[in-house]
Amino acid sequence: MDFKKTEYKPTIGIEVHAQLKTTTKLFCGCPVEFGGRANANVCPICLGLPGALPSLNKKAVELAIKAGLALNCEINAKSIFARKNYFYPDLPKGYQITQYRFPIASSGEILVEGKKIRIKRVHLEEESAKLIHEEDKSLVDYNRAGLPLIEIVTEPDIDSPDMAVAYLKTLQKILQFEEISGAVMARGEFRCEPNISVSKKEGELGTRTEVKNLNSFRGVKNSLLSEIERQIGILEEGGEVEQATIHYSEKTHKTWAARTKEESSDYRYFPEPDLPPLLLDTKWIEEVKSSIGELPLKKKEKFMKLGLSEEDAVIISNSVMASRLMEETLKIVDAPVEISKWILRDYRSLGEPDIPAKDFAGMIQMVIEGKISRNAGAEVFAEMVKTEKSPEEIVKEKNLSKISDSETLEQMVREVFEENPDESTRFKNGEKKLLGFFIGQVMKKTGGKADPREVSRLVSEYEKKY
Amino acid sequence: MKTILEYQEKFRKGEISPLDLLSSCLERIDPSLNAYITVTEELARKGLEKSTEGKLKGIPVAIKDNINIKGVPTTCASNVLKGFIPPYSATVIERIEKSGGIFTGKTNLDEFGMGSSTERSYYGPSKNPFDPTKVPGGSSGGSAVAVAMGSAVISLGSDTGGSVRQPASYCGLVGLKPTYGRVSRYGLVAFGSSLDQIGIIGRNAEDVGIMLEVIAGYDPKDSTSSEKEVENYSDLSKPFKNIKIGLPEEYFKQINTEVHSSVMKIKKALEKEGISFKSVSLPTTDYIIPTYQVISYAEASSNLARYDGVRYGLWANGENFRDTIRKARDEGFLPEVKRRILVGTFVLSSEAIAEYYERADLIRRLITREFNEVFKEVDCLLTPATPTPAFPIGERTDDPIRMHVPDRLTAGANLSGIPAVVAPAGMIGKLPIGYQLIGKHFDEKKLLSIVRLVEENVPFKGFLNGF
Repeated sequence: MDFKKTEYKPTIGIEVHAQLKTTTKLFCGCPVEFGGRANANVCPICLGLPGALPSLNKKAVELAIKAGLALNCEINAKSIFARKNYFYPDLPKGYQITQYRFPIASSGEILVEGKKIRIKRVHLEEESAKLIHEEDKSLVDYNRAGLPLIEIVTEPDIDSPDMAVAYLKTLQKILQFEEISGAVMARGEFRCEPNISVSKKEGELGTRTEVKNLNSFRGVKNSLLSEIERQIGILEEGGEVEQATIHYSEKTHKTWAARTKEESSDYRYFPEPDLPPLLLDTKWIEEVKSSIGELPLKKKEKFMKLGLSEEDAVIISNSVMASRLMEETLKIVDAPVEISKWILRDYRSLGEPDIPAKDFAGMIQMVIEGKISRNAGAEVFAEMVKTEKSPEEIVKEKNLSKISDSETLEQMVREVFEENPDESTRFKNGEKKLLGFFIGQVMKKTGGKADPREVSRLVSEYEKKY
Repeated sequence: MKTILEYQEKFRKGEISPLDLLSSCLERIDPSLNAYITVTEELARKGLEKSTEGKLKGIPVAIKDNINIKGVPTTCASNVLKGFIPPYSATVIERIEKSGGIFTGKTNLDEFGMGSSTERSYYGPSKNPFDPTKVPGGSSGGSAVAVAMGSAVISLGSDTGGSVRQPASYCGLVGLKPTYGRVSRYGLVAFGSSLDQIGIIGRNAEDVGIMLEVIAGYDPKDSTSSEKEVENYSDLSKPFKNIKIGLPEEYFKQINTEVHSSVMKIKKALEKEGISFKSVSLPTTDYIIPTYQVISYAEASSNLARYDGVRYGLWANGENFRDTIRKARDEGFLPEVKRRILVGTFVLSSEAIAEYYERADLIRRLITREFNEVFKEVDCLLTPATPTPAFPIGERTDDPIRMHVPDRLTAGANLSGIPAVVAPAGMIGKLPIGYQLIGKHFDEKKLLSIVRLVEENVPFKGFLNGF
């Protein structure tokens, strides 16, 4: 079923938990280490031993401010930590320290493929321990307990699974480029929980369900498509969607609703008495602001000043990846329009691959200097993405250097005329449209490595001479 | 009576050694009074071997058993912590060790500090040394008894609603609850985190001041500790000039007449010293007990959620995970703690939070504002410490409301985070009774100076065992 062909419109909001890139945990000095020996990085604080108290990690606060700013949020001068009380074996204190009514940042927005997605809030919280289930027992690894997280919550502004994925990709890149989070999904550093409802167009919002256990972008898309289908199916049969947690299997790509009974937990939030309100002074916020990159709108203006059309500038500045590549490449090759053409055509058609700006610039430089043809450049680029080799290496290996020495080319032109006596005669008798044929033949002989204009000149010359 | 400085003078002169003092202290431990849960003789002797120089050199200190000493069991007088040995020391313990103090042991308390009599202990009740049929007060009852019977020169307790001051009143001692944030809470097992403060129980104002100098001050491990400079709290030679003390009328209602006249004697003595008095009013006083109950129970319900017997403490082998935890809590906690956890959980629940917790939080701010207003007119307040002298053991154990009655006079200081000290006002029959001074934030030195002035003019004659 394609929901776009139905009357139903999905409404999606997403909560993302991202692990902040700090060297120590949120409330103690234990090191943050991925894949360390179980329960090696623990202390009385992250184990929640009697009498231990939390002390807030300043770096984590700085990164949360940075995230708020990068998402165009308001940074709240006063935010308050709260206890979220619930009992679970992975929670050593019986409560999680988080922010509830007063988050560190709120009311932001980002552009995703030209569409505005509003960010409701960004708040700081601690991670729980990791449970490892074995056949007849469960083990707990407290290395993960107390890792610093931010939770980023959108307003329900997302209207399709594709847009959900685009939002997540953009968010991931922002967090990575600003060095706020490693944001590697496979490591659990970037976890998302979309909530979704469907309703008939122009209708009211339907009952929403939450999707959990998502470990890949493909999983996000598939699970949402499957959930949209499930909800529409229920409504079409005259039923009602119930509040539920939807689980998704990466293996079977199937979703199923769990715990449909309406039992919402009572977390008994109250202000964390062990931590005073978090007060941020404007100077610090300004300092953090100066450390982050420009926002899309500013970038767009900058690109236009460099000579790009508004349309091109919008496309590039709206993509964090593309604008980053544009800026990095500009530092090496001062040819804004040329770079933008490569980004708009080849880079985008290859799905915005992660390539070093140095190599991208190297390839463009070779094209500008006439060392390789434009077509050869495109081939080099594709190969760079595939093999991660440098453009120089690829040009050498594939023998893509342009043949620019005239003698060799003249020789080839002569051969083509000799090999095609019929066309040769007609051409000499004034059938000028055969020029293209001869250029094509010569280019073929060179393997596309010659400059077509130079070939054209030599063909015309040859015709006049003989 | 000997003070810390007098003992140290004797050490210097070679009249007695720190080991002599320790031995005589340990000999004075009377097991029938049940002051200690754990006596740490070996630890104390080892402490003496280190012979660290400092303000507390060679001074035996008793520690309430909800403050962690590395390697010594912390029980909080609860079965749920059975076998728990903390792998770290509280900041106050590190500071005392660095100043040369030694530890005689971990003292008895009401389970997790929840009580006013030290009867609700898994390890049995402590008894008042002045009359063993009476309670010593609580919850820091063991720490008060330890000092009163001479087994320690000074002790630490914790004060969430009066737990240091009320036993000081019943045992004829000086009990200080410092300003919230003056002393680090790191390593103090939490009961009501926004109210808890480590306090000191000693025989005189100067000793208490010396201990405060040692343990006070900013601690990066406690985000609620204050960066405010530590004053010279033991220099109490001259009190401040032109002191005006308020007498809050609400605090003199619902109290024993003999208690009233004891406090008036203190007033007279201070008037002779040129201190003036003024009657003031704190109308929110009647809301102190319910406000204190709601907030402390709410925080306790969250703070005690971690005790499930899985990682440490009492392991109860149940049929499955849930059952194991249910059993650990059922067998681990005494009824009063269970009651407070249940009530605390309720007042935070979504159906009740607005009516209870949020309203209590609002009234707490009103109470604080009232104190601040009064402190614009007076330097501090003089009040009774407890409505009566020590009550009989068993009298109130089945009546949680009556058990809370003394809190009316003490818990206001906790709700407002201000310092308060209790010191002996005299004897009623064979039982001591205290008076209380409540001061402005960080005004400990002024309070202790006034106590010192009283000591000079109305010396307390009730000390036991020649102390």
